[in-house]
Amino acid sequence: MKATAWMGTDSVKVINVPDPTIMNARDAIVRITSTAICGSDLHLYHGYIPDMRKGDILGHEFMGEVVEVGPQVRNLKPGDRVVVPFPIACGRCNSCQRGLYSVCENSNPNAGIAEKIMGHSPAGIFGYSHLLGGYAGGQAEYARVPFADVGPIKVPDDVPDDQAVMLADVFPTAFMGAEMCDIKPGDVIAVWGAGPVGLLAAASARMLGAERVIVIDRYPYRLRLAREHAGAETINYEDSDVLDTLNAMTAGRGPDACIDAVGLEGHHGNAAMYAYDRAKQAVRLETERPFALRQAILACRSGGVVSVIGAYGGFVDKFPMGAFMNRSLIMRTGQCHVQRYTRPLLDRIQRGDIDPSFIISHRLPLKDAPKGYKIFQKKQDDCTKVVLKV
Amino acid sequence: MDEADEVLLPELDGPEPKPLLPRALGWLSLALGVGALAAPGRLAQLTGVDDSPLAPTVIPAVGARELVHAAGLIRGRRPAGWAWTRVAGDAMDLTLLGRAWGDRCGERRRRVALTTAVVGGIAVADLLAAVGAARSRRARERVIRMEIGVTVNRTPADAYRFWRDVENLPRFMSHLESVRAEDLRRSHWIARGPASRRIEWDAEIVDDRPNRSIAWRSLPGTRVPNAGRVRFVPAPGDRGTEVRVQLRYAPPAGALGRVVAKLFGEEPEQQVRDDLRRFKQVLETGEVVRSEGSPDGISVRQQVIQRPAQPLPPARR
Repeated sequence: MKATAWMGTDSVKVINVPDPTIMNARDAIVRITSTAICGSDLHLYHGYIPDMRKGDILGHEFMGEVVEVGPQVRNLKPGDRVVVPFPIACGRCNSCQRGLYSVCENSNPNAGIAEKIMGHSPAGIFGYSHLLGGYAGGQAEYARVPFADVGPIKVPDDVPDDQAVMLADVFPTAFMGAEMCDIKPGDVIAVWGAGPVGLLAAASARMLGAERVIVIDRYPYRLRLAREHAGAETINYEDSDVLDTLNAMTAGRGPDACIDAVGLEGHHGNAAMYAYDRAKQAVRLETERPFALRQAILACRSGGVVSVIGAYGGFVDKFPMGAFMNRSLIMRTGQCHVQRYTRPLLDRIQRGDIDPSFIISHRLPLKDAPKGYKIFQKKQDDCTKVVLKV
Repeated sequence: MDEADEVLLPELDGPEPKPLLPRALGWLSLALGVGALAAPGRLAQLTGVDDSPLAPTVIPAVGARELVHAAGLIRGRRPAGWAWTRVAGDAMDLTLLGRAWGDRCGERRRRVALTTAVVGGIAVADLLAAVGAARSRRARERVIRMEIGVTVNRTPADAYRFWRDVENLPRFMSHLESVRAEDLRRSHWIARGPASRRIEWDAEIVDDRPNRSIAWRSLPGTRVPNAGRVRFVPAPGDRGTEVRVQLRYAPPAGALGRVVAKLFGEEPEQQVRDDLRRFKQVLETGEVVRSEGSPDGISVRQQVIQRPAQPLPPARR
């Protein structure tokens, strides 16, 4: 089959590899119809997530048709159209049973290395480094899906691929980011990052009853999407001081909750500030550029929630702990427990509450995956989200 | 901890055993030391050096030295070190005796020769004691002990039942090729070594408390004595079972020791941790979880030499 493989920093290639086979009794093989490139795939592309190997198949947002099931999979059969959550979760451990699927205790066969870096191991993730399992990803013609009796859900025929594939990662991630804000009537929610997750987080915050949503980014075309599709007000951080503007917009209170939908590769309006962290990151003195996170903490109303859904991989410098502690802030975070959200969010899509596919800017054939990475990386051609069609 | 802690291999885990020979030599030192201090003249006569003007000084000094050896050896701590002090003392005595023999003739020369022979014999015993004590100390230092736990989301009864069927052990202990139950207590174990070398041994369950704990040890005569105990404790907060394992094994020196070391890898604890993780996977999910990068499931060695995360070629399925 053809598959998108990581070949080194800033290099992906569509290569021929063997077709996947059932390796565990609870596996299924899915023939992929749509698969998206995630912002966190860019972290891999740029080489910021440790323990990638040349030839690793990328991709953790995919859906398609079941073609084969292992002997223990009874809920699916060949021919079913399914979307697959990006965290691999067994459904039987304590974490899964408490709904914390992205910290499944059994799905990372390389838990030993992850423990050394993170203390305990999170779940395995498709196509997301050997640290998180060494699983082949879904930017390919076929994928093997472990624990297929737990993760994938059937997609009704009236929900098109473009909507359903958003349930693999970005929509549940964004929704969880908004849910963690514990939104009450009158709340003002600020969202750093108007990428696919930030846009959907803003839309989700509105769905959950936020009074106002403010989105912060530097790309006018993305801020326009936030205004048009998520009912948000926007701040371009290259034009105005974010903290001053947020204070002015909230009459000095600050947003009630702040969502970091940027993660480890942030940018800063001030070139010197950007250069400082970029340089430390380049020589691995820190692994992240946490501008959005630092700013979200400083901006947040005292006693408010900082909800972190942008991806981080290692260590952050100059974490404003004094502000965080003295102002009674709450941080909530996590890789999304997608399995918890797929059905309720599918219901919302079917009811017409939201059409998450508004973020898709490009639909390309699988063979053009390298081009998709390039334009997404460079934000060329007003790129927000690339979906590969197989 | 309960009384089941007592059943592990005492020879692997108990306090340092006191070897007999160094202790006996300690008592000999005491007798010689007391003799030399109490009756230096009589001792000088016996050994044929009663004509020497130095004898009244040297013999009590040697006696005092003997008391020092005695104190160390009889107390029994660090017997190897103290046995080596005796060997050094023997060398000194033999040097003195050699000089005495050269200066003498007749009956005195005969007595000096006899004394030299006796001291020579004792020196051989001292040397054996020192080498033996050092070897047993090194063997004890090689004993690998560990205590590792994992929490499994199943009842203690489920966890106990799976472990008690010893033929299940190779399903999660990666170094085992097979375990065959001979009867309810005894079993035959085969471990996979590097370069297709195998290590086999017989083991027996020495303590079996249904749904609570199992203790086992290798039978005498095995080349790699080992013992273990697993306890199944209900985890607080209704979170299943804390499975706590204690293991001891004594890898031998030499080539076999190197095979054993390879078998358990650079980090034996990590390997046991991985075994327990697989045990948890098998109990909770039904089998060992595999990925394309780690097609054999959790293993420290494999984590270092990962294949790319892409489907396995037909030859490796």
